Amino acid sequence: MGNLTGSEVVVGVPGYDRSLRDSEREASQSVLKIAVSHLNFHYGLRQVLFDISLDIADRKITALIGPSGCGKSTFLRTLNRMHETVRGTHAEGEVLLDGQNIFEMDVVRLRRRVGMVFQKSNPFPKSIYENVAYGLKVNGMARRGQMAEVVEKSLRRAALWDEVKDQLHKSAYALSGGQQQRLCIARALAVDPEVLLLDEPCSALDPVATAKIEDLLFDLVGSCSIVIVTHNMQQAARVAEHTGFFLLGKLIEFNKTDIIFKNPARKETEDYITGRFG
Amino acid sequence: MNRRLMWRKSVNAFMLTLTGLCALVSVSVLLVVLGYLGWNGWQYLSWTFLTHLPAPVGETGGGMANAIVGSGTLLLIAALTGIPTGLLGGIYLAEFGGKTFTFLVRYTADLLNGVPSIVMGIFAYTLVVLPMRHFSALAGGLALGVMLIPIVLRSTEDFLRAVPMPLREGALALGASKWKAIATVVIPASMRAIATGALLGLARVAGETAPLLFTSFNNQFWSHGLNQPTASLPVMIYQYAISPYADWHRQAWAAGFILLMLVLVANIGARLILSRGSPALRG
Repeated sequence: MGNLTGSEVVVGVPGYDRSLRDSEREASQSVLKIAVSHLNFHYGLRQVLFDISLDIADRKITALIGPSGCGKSTFLRTLNRMHETVRGTHAEGEVLLDGQNIFEMDVVRLRRRVGMVFQKSNPFPKSIYENVAYGLKVNGMARRGQMAEVVEKSLRRAALWDEVKDQLHKSAYALSGGQQQRLCIARALAVDPEVLLLDEPCSALDPVATAKIEDLLFDLVGSCSIVIVTHNMQQAARVAEHTGFFLLGKLIEFNKTDIIFKNPARKETEDYITGRFG
Repeated sequence: MNRRLMWRKSVNAFMLTLTGLCALVSVSVLLVVLGYLGWNGWQYLSWTFLTHLPAPVGETGGGMANAIVGSGTLLLIAALTGIPTGLLGGIYLAEFGGKTFTFLVRYTADLLNGVPSIVMGIFAYTLVVLPMRHFSALAGGLALGVMLIPIVLRSTEDFLRAVPMPLREGALALGASKWKAIATVVIPASMRAIATGALLGLARVAGETAPLLFTSFNNQFWSHGLNQPTASLPVMIYQYAISPYADWHRQAWAAGFILLMLVLVANIGARLILSRGSPALRG
């Protein structure tokens, strides 16, 4: 992967000498939030990720694209160690969150700092209010008096407050699909995560609901880093600052989004983006 | 071509009739049993039967108040011992267990479910009656409780497994520990179903006679304490039904009716709970 055009690269790329580019990185004001190096991942005997190294910039949106089964969701799930819920998985390599190795961190604390929104909205069978308050409660983060305030703030950040403020104590299942997904985002935001991982959050939503969530991402990126896995390349092009292209468990190319889409260095990337395979 | 079609149609009609007929036979057997029991039981049911002690041998009248209370006591002991054990065991199997151990426990539970209930009686007899040197409600309740364990265990496990994985992940991703996620999301999502399973299990052991014959035994009077022999409806029915007295036969019918009502109420209750439903399970 040494044949990348270095001059445009802001955050790290596999095989890319970071020390040489420190000045450039500062100039573009991209601060490193998560640094992944040489990550390998196994499901039992089958290896699904091969030597992934990439850096995720602070308070920016990073998109991961690639065909189904290329390992991008698996990669996302290792970033907050959700892969550990599946038996027989094994990750090796280094993932640093603010310089700390996540595999040595307490997993509960890690997941509070690195939140996740799933492909299919998964509200708890509780009221809207309780859904948002859940993370605060299990983490002992807010006293009863402040709880309502944080819930409102989170729902506002997820652009859902105006639609649900009169029915906070109704079941979350009464909401529409798009609203449920925004509720899940609000729920993740309530614990004030530093990084938000989104695994194809719009794949089950119509274009209107999708647009709402994309708008939301722009509002959120001022306060946290966002990594989004998407099948929708227009979506990646619209929202992301950086884009990574995965193929067969390897990170083929990682760069600024407009370079990936307008002038990709690798033929595989170009073929995928232009729809020649995938 | 036409003959072939005729043949296929007649095979179809024949099989349809056959399956329908068998369904009708099974349902009518059930209806006859229920109807006969209902008719006889209802006839002999009286306020005295519900509120009085059994009459001395040779006298008519009297009731089975002690057996009704006794059955309640036995079921209470069974519920207190069997339900928590089965519940927590089921949680372990569904959420924590490894492969081999889970397989072993599940297999044992299924086996235990099929063990003749009298064996449970022998078990409780050896474990409780022999050391205490007399029959007791404790021994009977324990025998029923042991029967309840595999039923509750397996139903709890199945219902917990039916809770969608994304719900667990949602909780874990918010920084909940595994137990917290189970206690605050997974179990509440399937609580109604689990309660239903326990209730149906209880209804099933309520009618057991064999494990009580030599554990709680029987008693013509009020039982004074859990360490005393205790009357129960199934054993009372057994004793009265094989007696030579017509009046006792009538009372056995009434007792059978009460037992049937008990099971019916538990079943209807369980269905009501389930139909209100856990949203997570209905999807």
